[in-house]
Amino acid sequence: MNVQAKPWFGGVRFNVVFGIAVVGFMFAVALVGPWFAPADPLAINIRARLATPGGDYLLGADEFGRDVLSRLIAGARTSVVIALVTVAIAVALGTIFGVLAGYRRGWTDRCLMIVNDSMLAFPGLLLALGIMAVFGASRDGIIIALGLAYAPVVVRVVRGTVLSLREQEFIEASRVIGNPEWLTMLRHVLPNCLAPLLVVATMMFGWVILSESALSFLGLGVPPPAPSWGNMLSTARPYINQAPQLIVFPGLCISITLLGVNMLGDAIRDWLDPKMERAA
Amino acid sequence: MGRFLLSRLLSAIPTVVIVTLMVFVLMRAIPGDPAALMLGDLAEPEQVAAMRAKMGHDQPLPMQYLLWIGDVLRGDFGHSIVNQEPILPLILTRFSVSATIVFAAVILAALVAVPAGMIAAWRQNRASDVAIVTAATLSLSIPSFWLGLMLLLVFGLWLNWLPIVGFVPVTREFWAGTVYLIMPVATLVLVESGSIARMARASTIEVARLDYITHARAKGLSERQVMWRHAFRNAFAPTWTLIGLILGSLLANIAVIETVFTIPGLGRLLIDSIYARDYPVVQGCLLFIALIYVAVNLLVDCVYPLLDPRVTA
Amino acid sequence: MSGPALEVEGLDVMVGGTGMRVVKNLSFSIARGGALALVGESGSGKTMAARSILRLLPPGLRASSEAVRFEGRDIANAADAEMRRLRGAQIGMVFQEPMVSLNPSMSIGGQMGEGLRLHKSLSAGEIRDMSLAMLERVRIPDPGGCLAAYPHEFSGGMRQRIMLASVMLMRPALLIADEPTTALDTLVSREVLDLMMELTEENGTAVLLISHDLGMVARYMQDLLVMKDGEAVEKGSAAEVLRAPSHGYTQRLVDALPRRSHGGERGVPAKPIIEVEGLRVAYPGRRRLLRSLPAKEVLHGVDLRVGEGETLALVGGSGSGKTTLGRALVGLTRPLDGLMRFRGEPLDWRAPQPGMRKDIQFIFQDPYSSLDPRQNVGSIIAEPLKRDRASTRRGRRERTAEILELVGLPADFMPRLPHQLSGGQRQRVAIARALVREPKFLVADEPVSALDMTVQAQILKLIRELQARFGFACLFVSHDLGAVEQVADRVAVMKEGRIVEEGTRDDIFDRPQQEYTRALLDAAMLIDRRFGDRTAAQ
Repeated sequence: MNVQAKPWFGGVRFNVVFGIAVVGFMFAVALVGPWFAPADPLAINIRARLATPGGDYLLGADEFGRDVLSRLIAGARTSVVIALVTVAIAVALGTIFGVLAGYRRGWTDRCLMIVNDSMLAFPGLLLALGIMAVFGASRDGIIIALGLAYAPVVVRVVRGTVLSLREQEFIEASRVIGNPEWLTMLRHVLPNCLAPLLVVATMMFGWVILSESALSFLGLGVPPPAPSWGNMLSTARPYINQAPQLIVFPGLCISITLLGVNMLGDAIRDWLDPKMERAA
Repeated sequence: MGRFLLSRLLSAIPTVVIVTLMVFVLMRAIPGDPAALMLGDLAEPEQVAAMRAKMGHDQPLPMQYLLWIGDVLRGDFGHSIVNQEPILPLILTRFSVSATIVFAAVILAALVAVPAGMIAAWRQNRASDVAIVTAATLSLSIPSFWLGLMLLLVFGLWLNWLPIVGFVPVTREFWAGTVYLIMPVATLVLVESGSIARMARASTIEVARLDYITHARAKGLSERQVMWRHAFRNAFAPTWTLIGLILGSLLANIAVIETVFTIPGLGRLLIDSIYARDYPVVQGCLLFIALIYVAVNLLVDCVYPLLDPRVTA
Repeated sequence: MSGPALEVEGLDVMVGGTGMRVVKNLSFSIARGGALALVGESGSGKTMAARSILRLLPPGLRASSEAVRFEGRDIANAADAEMRRLRGAQIGMVFQEPMVSLNPSMSIGGQMGEGLRLHKSLSAGEIRDMSLAMLERVRIPDPGGCLAAYPHEFSGGMRQRIMLASVMLMRPALLIADEPTTALDTLVSREVLDLMMELTEENGTAVLLISHDLGMVARYMQDLLVMKDGEAVEKGSAAEVLRAPSHGYTQRLVDALPRRSHGGERGVPAKPIIEVEGLRVAYPGRRRLLRSLPAKEVLHGVDLRVGEGETLALVGGSGSGKTTLGRALVGLTRPLDGLMRFRGEPLDWRAPQPGMRKDIQFIFQDPYSSLDPRQNVGSIIAEPLKRDRASTRRGRRERTAEILELVGLPADFMPRLPHQLSGGQRQRVAIARALVREPKFLVADEPVSALDMTVQAQILKLIRELQARFGFACLFVSHDLGAVEQVADRVAVMKEGRIVEEGTRDDIFDRPQQEYTRALLDAAMLIDRRFGDRTAAQ
């Protein structure tokens, strides 16, 4: 007998509402924001250098007198585009190799997993840093670097799911009714991988935004003058005493976005499968 | 037990080999000739060729790899292009700085977050749980470099409590050094506690549902005894693994914190070398950090059977 | 000493907040040294009723009662500290799942001594001696080594005996046993129960047994109480209830009991549909670092023959290889050696003859994992039809509706997903999927063991009806002789990878030749061995 009281108060529902609202707003800003931006994010105006918020510059201006609000909006687009493409690459690569490893097992699995584990042996940003060192700082470089760095995580999740699915009798049942292996995979294995994939993709969206801004902060991400939240923080660092607002706003943008993505990720996980709590 | 440790050690070998291969390939993928880079723009072609021969770069690639591995095994990571310093001592000096920060941060974070997560699980859905979960989610969402800058702004500039620039190694002057460590360590503790607490909470909830917890209660143990004697060890096992992973990834991400607080650690060495195109140093740093990470996880795995004896079976 | 060990009056258990009651106004009492069984199917509230006595309900459940008296003292409103003094020391509890009811990270000795240390003041040496004596008493080989070992080093039956030992070590006045043998196979569960009864008798411990298995209860318990949907529907002595059940639900439970009936045996058909000769199957050994452990052979040369249209039951304890044999026949496990023939043609699943897939089907044990959770009922049943290239969407739909009706499900079940169905309904869907292309030979691997007793009876009846209609032959793999008795024409008994006895159903049940077969039959608790009069009257 399994009687589980669902928590009804605040927490859960706030999660969902806040997560959807933040992520939705972020996408909307990325999509149409630049049309509504008050100024050109690259337009320099030396007279407005380090202007305080208010007046013509709603959130102030940076060290070249560029409008901070417009740059934040442009940065949102940069972050969303990079995160979406990166997650797509990681998920595509990870699914292909994860299904292959989990389904074929034997030597295919062993070799793939040794390579995969070795890639995972580059912790955190290290692999991305190495790749950026080779390619130099550029937007496409980040996408390739982070895509490659995060694909092994997807491989692990997908392989784990496929391995546990293989133990399920409905996969054997598909074989018994005469379905060839590829059809079993297409009809029964892949659809059941979608839930964990969706969860990991949502989480990863947050990780990529964080990593991209960290790389940009280190000067190895989106190269100036193109604005990204990370490189805005980096260029504001020397002016921390004169214009602290330059540090506050980009950081707030990153934090609120990550909070929204994390809450949405938790909500999706709880909604799709309570068992995921164990795997995550 | 002995067999488990041995097999775990041996299984790390292919990983280490592939890690070295990947570092090697990555560095060889850099456009341009390292020998020409080392000698600068004014070098004659003959000089470059001589340097290539000296570095072993005239050999076929597999041979170059083996030569490099041979050097690494002897503890020779090569010399910096920029200032000709031997690389390994440089890395070790810088590593001691980073390691102090990372270890202090991880230990403190674990001490705060593990009990917090377990208390939250034990009081699931009550106010204290909601508060801890909210704090953990917040901590998960704030980037360390921003939090660091904000601490700098508040405690360094506005309140003037802590120094904002400069660094003294704790090994030289303990108290003066500690002052410089407060903000970086505090930043990392605040940022990393979230995931540890969430993991501790999730695995405690998982364990609390199992029959042996009810069995322990049915023996007449008090809630406190049930929690510490029966739930803690089993719930801590997955969190222990996570702590190992965090320890490793902090070493890789430490560059960010070192940049914020201008600390001359290993991360800064890596970033500065990337800027300076000092590839032997980049190569050394990448390899060193990856190997430390493998070693830390190996160590974590070797302790694991003490928490969960099932893994040795 | 007089008066009951435990008296419960007007017990309610509610789901917090919703007001839904999972136990309703339950009252019962157990004499000192007596034995009472709470019998019911899943969801009847029996476990929650028992747990509420020790106040060990899962979070979200609340109990209230007029009185819970333990040895005359009202403990319903006792302070927590007082409850803790009772738990373990006075009232012991044994749990269902031996795999998860012992702490995996604590040594057996540590867990056994814990109760003694808590409730009695004994030296470490005394605790050790008592633990050793008790382990010996429950016939654990090498008790000294056992104390230092961890739970994962023991089999399910051993763990349950260790659990029993650690609980009985305290000599409680009352033992609550929650389905203590459900997770064990028949022979082992018999041993554990015998041991439990011996120990409680020696110590004068009263027993409250929670079980879904009326046959087992009838054998061991004096009194029983039948629960349905949280309510007591029948109460009385075990013999009385079985002989003359007064409530309709109890009647159905009694009817579902394994018993010997007579007649209905069909002659052995001359023409074999499946022949197996010298079949050997091995599972690869666990991979160690550099080499694999030697492969473990689970079938050592099995010969078997199933005739057209007949049902051959394959019985045996867990690990006997019966499931492996069934899986090898449908190609889910690859044989090492030996010959399989289908209608005289060699059966090789690496290169199957066309049509063999259609003619040979399989029903899985667990209807919770044999259906794809993302597929609806209609699509599950229609999927095998898609293998026939000539089939049309409309033809498949009609055929699905037809077979759905035959397995006793309404046509509007088609859009439903598996998690919206009960266990019995799921198994009906699985049967429909297996039979939709009218196979000639069906392997059913423990098809009812995951179901409630009354549902088991319905599914067995369905299989028989469908067999009469379609005329397929069936290999019925089961550890449950009660089920076998109802469906089998012939029975083959397996032990340790070999067939040790084979014969017609009546020969095996009435004139078993092998000791092992007799032990299985004895453990199966076929009801007429004790209540023959009632069966004869049917």
